[in-house]
Amino acid sequence: MSSSVSNPGSHRAERDPRSWRDRLAAGSPDSPDAPAQLNRAFVIGLVGVALLVASAFMSWTYNPALLGNVTLYGNPGTVQIYLLVMALMALFLLLIRKGPLSRLGRHLGRQTGLRALGIGITLYLVIAVGASIALTDDAMLGALDPGVYVGILGGLLVAAAGHLLPTHKAVGERHQRFPAWLEILVVVLLVALALAAAAYGLGIGDPALFVAFLAFVAVIAAGLARGGFFDWLSIVVGHHRTVLLLATFAAAFAFPLTQNGSDANMSIATSVLIFAATAMGLNIVVGLAGLLDLGYIAFLGAGAYVGAMLSESAFATIDWKPPFIIVALIGALFAALLGLIIGSPTLRVSGDYLAIVTLAFGEIFRLTMFNLDGNNGPDLTHGPNGIPAIPELNFFGFDFGATHAFFGVPITRFANYYFLLLLLIGFIILVFTRLNNSRIGRGWIAIREDEKAAEAMGVNVFGLKILAFAGGAFLAGLAGTVKAHQDVSVTPDQYQFLESAFLLAAVVLGGMGTVGGVLLGAVILKLLPEKLRFFADYRLLLFGLLLVLMMRFRPEGLVANRRRQLEFHDDDEALADEVEAIHTEKVT
Amino acid sequence: MSTATTAPVPAAAAQDSPTILSARGVTMRFGGLTAVNKVDMTVHEGEIVGLIGPNGAGKTTFFNCLTGLYKPTEGEVWLAGAELPPKPREVVVAGMARTFQNIRLFANMTALENVMVGRYCRTSSGPLTSILRGPKFRREEEATRARAQELLTFVGLGGKGEHLARNLPYGDQRRLEIARALATDPKVVLLDEPTAGMNPRETEECKDLIFKIRDNGMAVVVIEHDMKFIFNLCDRVLCLVRGELLVEGDPGTVQSDPRVVEAYIGGSELDDEEDEH
Ligand SMILES: Nc1ncnc2c1ncn2[C@@H]1O[C@H](COP(=O)(O)OP(=O)(O)OP(=O)(O)O)[C@@H](O)[C@H]1O
Ligand SMILES: [Mg+2]
Repeated sequence: MSSSVSNPGSHRAERDPRSWRDRLAAGSPDSPDAPAQLNRAFVIGLVGVALLVASAFMSWTYNPALLGNVTLYGNPGTVQIYLLVMALMALFLLLIRKGPLSRLGRHLGRQTGLRALGIGITLYLVIAVGASIALTDDAMLGALDPGVYVGILGGLLVAAAGHLLPTHKAVGERHQRFPAWLEILVVVLLVALALAAAAYGLGIGDPALFVAFLAFVAVIAAGLARGGFFDWLSIVVGHHRTVLLLATFAAAFAFPLTQNGSDANMSIATSVLIFAATAMGLNIVVGLAGLLDLGYIAFLGAGAYVGAMLSESAFATIDWKPPFIIVALIGALFAALLGLIIGSPTLRVSGDYLAIVTLAFGEIFRLTMFNLDGNNGPDLTHGPNGIPAIPELNFFGFDFGATHAFFGVPITRFANYYFLLLLLIGFIILVFTRLNNSRIGRGWIAIREDEKAAEAMGVNVFGLKILAFAGGAFLAGLAGTVKAHQDVSVTPDQYQFLESAFLLAAVVLGGMGTVGGVLLGAVILKLLPEKLRFFADYRLLLFGLLLVLMMRFRPEGLVANRRRQLEFHDDDEALADEVEAIHTEKVT
Repeated sequence: MSTATTAPVPAAAAQDSPTILSARGVTMRFGGLTAVNKVDMTVHEGEIVGLIGPNGAGKTTFFNCLTGLYKPTEGEVWLAGAELPPKPREVVVAGMARTFQNIRLFANMTALENVMVGRYCRTSSGPLTSILRGPKFRREEEATRARAQELLTFVGLGGKGEHLARNLPYGDQRRLEIARALATDPKVVLLDEPTAGMNPRETEECKDLIFKIRDNGMAVVVIEHDMKFIFNLCDRVLCLVRGELLVEGDPGTVQSDPRVVEAYIGGSELDDEEDEH
């Protein structure tokens, strides 16, 4: 770590702090000597878009049962409308070269965006459409109509256009601020769009259609990401963090209202929220303090078991029934105590031991719960049978099990728990961000950067580590007490190692140390398996593949914490300048 | 914090003031190798003490023993009338801070954040205070930021607070390390080769900076290979050879001591400056 700083060979000459601005402002969007190549690429791209549009209006198969009927000419089906949208986006990226849109052209990575979009569209047509049709219909490839091939050709042409366009690096948007109201509008619209997309996606019943929808979202996201849109967005969001937070919570609160009293999606949504709340807690341990915890699910389990044992269930093993608030506190404190017991001996030594000890602790916890059935030791957990029939929560007469009407919209049992969990997540995010932006957060960063130096500068390394570890356990225990009531029963097999692995994966895939990233990672990792049940046999295979790809191409996760990103790309000077620019902007 | 005083205080004056740091018989063995052998050192308040010696003489190891990074095999260290606690963090709290020969900044933090980390041990906002964000939290955070900015200005990095440490030129990184050490409100500052990699102009500025630190009431111990620098700067110089204290005295005495010249010529390293003397 320190070698990158101390190596005299790598140190750089004194630089003008503003040079990045000049460099960016001076950089012309295109090399001027390539108009012919530009025109060629432009024409190829336009032909590609035309083919895509044409394909959307053609038949893709004769079998009306597939992909929600794409057999008609002149009347696009849902998956064909997706294609139209993607084609329009490609057209937009092409057109920002000319006409009134060209002002934007300087700022967007048109070339990389088009290429990603072209490749994405091609893959969409080959896999989500072509393979999906061919594999379900007996006629195999014979089931495909020409429309698919026309579309594939169009996608390839768009990709080629992206490839042929003169290279230019997108100019940072940083110094071009839009009016605040416009930026806020963009943020709010995007959140609303995300809510609509989530509600729409959850409503899709046909698995093949759902996969097509996912592919569509992925292609659009890839196009936007490679086109530099997300870079711009992250800056805009940086200006309006509170707006984003409020809008997201408003959207999340609004979600049950879109479900019309149906429980099908709400039960998935509540389990997603439990998972997300736990992942956010783990994010403090892994993302902020940099500790590898492979047994985190045990703390959730500890809270859940406390919640169950102290509940009014007929099978509860402890004959003391305090109100839920007290139970929640006891569950959280018990988990934190376990964290202290595990952490104090191991956190003094280097990180690898912690991973091993937590891994073992997770299994020990599960086996202990499995065996405390009265045959060996006291009967606290009823062993493998667990503690069933945990009654619904009841806050001051508000029964979580009943359906309540909210302005005429029915709010079902799952929606009740959903709202409670939303408050819990809000609390955990608050704890996370406030700790992160404080003396304690700075200490954690210092520990991640150089533990020895932090210690030598007076940072209480052990204390901060144990704080993160036990604090994370506390939050997981809190979530566990709610989970016990929401799940109605608590059994040991809910808390196996695989769950810890998934939690860790949500944190790592989403982006360690970020709020948005980890929430996104948790939603993806929990939601997809629920919707893709027909894939269940391949779930772990796909999951492993996803992890390998991410670690290869984007180790910092979907949403990157800038500083973390630097830790992963130690020699990326451009990135370092960019991060610095953000810091500099904060003061100016 | 005036820059007017750029000459050493007469040696006698500093040595009359009370002792702030004293090491007695400090010995550090690595297996069969005795890196530091029964070294005594006394530092008075407001004194600048130089530590010289050929490569591998044990200077850095001696610093590590003083700051708790190594636990000395034998000997004891007293700071401001109390025996020094064994842990690096407690040493900082007791009032001694250091810089590193191979710079160890928090590379991906800004210069200002680096110095703010140095304030950690002098601030007390706990987790609850940080979550609740009461007036005490905000006051302390504000004070930390202001003090860190003041220290950056003190070492001459006032305008570079928002730069990432890794992006700073070498000389600035060394000064940032000094600012970070000063942020811990030390009574004694230990600097391990602060001018390594600096050009002559920066070296001159560094000398003035060390005088300024002394003028602010701190004692300074400096390890350096640049003899001209050391003899112009220090009130007293110790020369370490193969782990043993060879000579101790004011710059003039040490400079002209034949054993010091011998040690440097005898060692494989022959310093350029040494030729002039
Ligand atoms: N942790 C260690 N384990 C074993 N030997 C060590 C250790 N640290 C230092 N040494 C040895 O102790 C001796 C003194 O090293 P030290 O780094 O203190 O020298 P120095 O005077 O600071 O030299 P330089 O001027 O090159 O910085 C060297 O022989 C070194 O190899
Ligand atoms: Mg050394």
